[in-house]
Amino acid sequence: MSSLALALGQLFDGLSVASILMLAALGLSLSFGLMRVINMAHGELIMTGGYLAYVAHKLIPQAQVAFGLPLAFLGSALIGAALERFLIRRLYGRPLDTLLATWGVSLLLQQLARNLFDPTGVEVTSPDWLSGSISFDSGPLAGLALAHIRLFIIGLAVVVLCGMILLFAKTRAGLHIRAVNQHRGMASALGVNTRRVDLLVFALGSGIAGLAGGALALIAPVTPTVGQSYIVDAFLVVILGGMGTLRGTAIAAILIGLLSAIAETFTSISFAKVLLLLFVVAFLQFRPRGLVVTRSRALEET
Amino acid sequence: MVPPIFMSSRSWLVPALLFVVVAFAPMYLAPYHLLLIGRFVSLGILAMGISLVWGQGGVLPLGQGVFFGLGGYALAMHLKLVALPDGELPDFMQWNGVEQLPLWWKPFTSAWLAVAATIVVPAIAALVLAWLVFRRRMTSVYIALITQALALAFATLLISRQGTTGGFNGLTNFDTLFGASLGDDRTRVWLHVVTIGVAALAYAFARALGATQAGRLVTAVRDGENRVRFLGYSPAPYKILVFVIAGVFAGLAGALHTLHSGVISPAMVGVVPSIEMVIWVAVGGRTSLFGALIGTVLVNVAKDSISSEWPNAWLYLMGAVFILVVVATPRGLAGAAQSWLARLNRPRRTTSPRSADTAEPTGKEATTP
Repeated sequence: MSSLALALGQLFDGLSVASILMLAALGLSLSFGLMRVINMAHGELIMTGGYLAYVAHKLIPQAQVAFGLPLAFLGSALIGAALERFLIRRLYGRPLDTLLATWGVSLLLQQLARNLFDPTGVEVTSPDWLSGSISFDSGPLAGLALAHIRLFIIGLAVVVLCGMILLFAKTRAGLHIRAVNQHRGMASALGVNTRRVDLLVFALGSGIAGLAGGALALIAPVTPTVGQSYIVDAFLVVILGGMGTLRGTAIAAILIGLLSAIAETFTSISFAKVLLLLFVVAFLQFRPRGLVVTRSRALEET
Repeated sequence: MVPPIFMSSRSWLVPALLFVVVAFAPMYLAPYHLLLIGRFVSLGILAMGISLVWGQGGVLPLGQGVFFGLGGYALAMHLKLVALPDGELPDFMQWNGVEQLPLWWKPFTSAWLAVAATIVVPAIAALVLAWLVFRRRMTSVYIALITQALALAFATLLISRQGTTGGFNGLTNFDTLFGASLGDDRTRVWLHVVTIGVAALAYAFARALGATQAGRLVTAVRDGENRVRFLGYSPAPYKILVFVIAGVFAGLAGALHTLHSGVISPAMVGVVPSIEMVIWVAVGGRTSLFGALIGTVLVNVAKDSISSEWPNAWLYLMGAVFILVVVATPRGLAGAAQSWLARLNRPRRTTSPRSADTAEPTGKEATTP
């Protein structure tokens, strides 16, 4: 295998990791930017999406993607909406407390999953059209294989990102979201129902996490702790990208995905984690508020 | 509101009495319960550190397991080495084909160096981390998440370097410390007394710190960092100071806990244990040092008695406790005790206007929109 093919293969793997990370981090970043809420149960919304994809697979095996992904989105969005409505709304203005309370929610959901499903994990077999790969047998790229499933996930991430950009830029709801993000009090004074915007954004972010879970279910078994393994990395993406910006989150997800793919080739997986953390801490020395900063004239920031 | 830490000297009485009563526990407790109390009080030392950083300083540390682990492993490495026959390597090194003692294990052949390391190593680690995160005015949310990532990285690293750290199983099978056999009854009593002594010293130190200018500035930074800055102080050194103290407390706790339980493993230093440590403090009352200690002992007693019989129920309960403590009683047991005492002391007719402002959990978080 040529070194070019090897490098491209790594790049491809990094991009697919970045796609999952971005789907996981979008909701976190939005709710963090808009409401200053740190949702530790976000990983469990990913898990919920995975289990819903599994349930869809059991119900209608032939339409698991067409049925499973929407189900994962809607199910996680509903749970997210309930979470916002009944718990997080009571804790506005206390970001560190939302962190602890949602950690409690995450423990509950994990244990629930353990009791409802097989604790060692359930498997979803991906459909035939997703199980192959595009491989190059000759030419300068000989040996390079791009798995369909990973291409699908990258595509999904791109579609979701474009959808979000359109939503933010072109719709009335998006206008309201941006207004609340810039200045909650002023938006409220101008008649924007900020509570409803909060609910909408939180449900949307949760739904995207569910999508990420549904997509993950196609590559790896769904376990009760699948969310835990992504949540810390997703938070690093949010920190690196800057709070509440789509652009920052997307760039940071790609950066972290590629960096961890590179670090894992040259060192071990565990050491790559350490390097990643060092990179983020070092980066924050230069830009303490992340890559993309939402400008604000407020003096006190949480 | 006057933070509980600066209250009158009368408030020293109850903690002091309790420390003395518990120090004499070997005379009236069965060995098994003695061991549990020793373990939980060691953890309480760490909890007091969290109370300093979080309750007094307003910065939520989610990686205290790292400093706990540094202290614990520092002592455990020495205990492992002295338990060996001369010239032999620890069992896990032999299994992993490590043929020579790694260089960074060498200093731990000396007991004194190892004991010193339980304080110095966590202190240096905490200092470096605190300097990096506080220097550039990162928000407390960022710091919480970065310390959590640190806990994850530390635990993963420990597990993956099996040949030199003992991997997932950690370090265990200890024998003697300073020539005294750890299984011996007399040693156990000594260990208990030392643990209570260290906890009492840590408590006294942390309270005394609160009365100094530095301690007051820490609380001032929590309640209005910008105001402190406008008054001409740089908040960073004070935040770094409490963070390092908390790191040292965690390291001491790790060393003592290792002695009591006879094992240190990555399961005690990762993300999950680190955040559980915070909930001990939240249950006890985040602004109260003694509350943190009591909360730690209570939560762990509950965990010990419930989780062995109904492991499922314990995890549900733990989740519910996280939610309830934050939503219903942000000031924890100490807060409940204080308002109860205040009600007892208050004359019946007058309703004090101060009762309203004591209900706020932490000034900054409650006032910022």
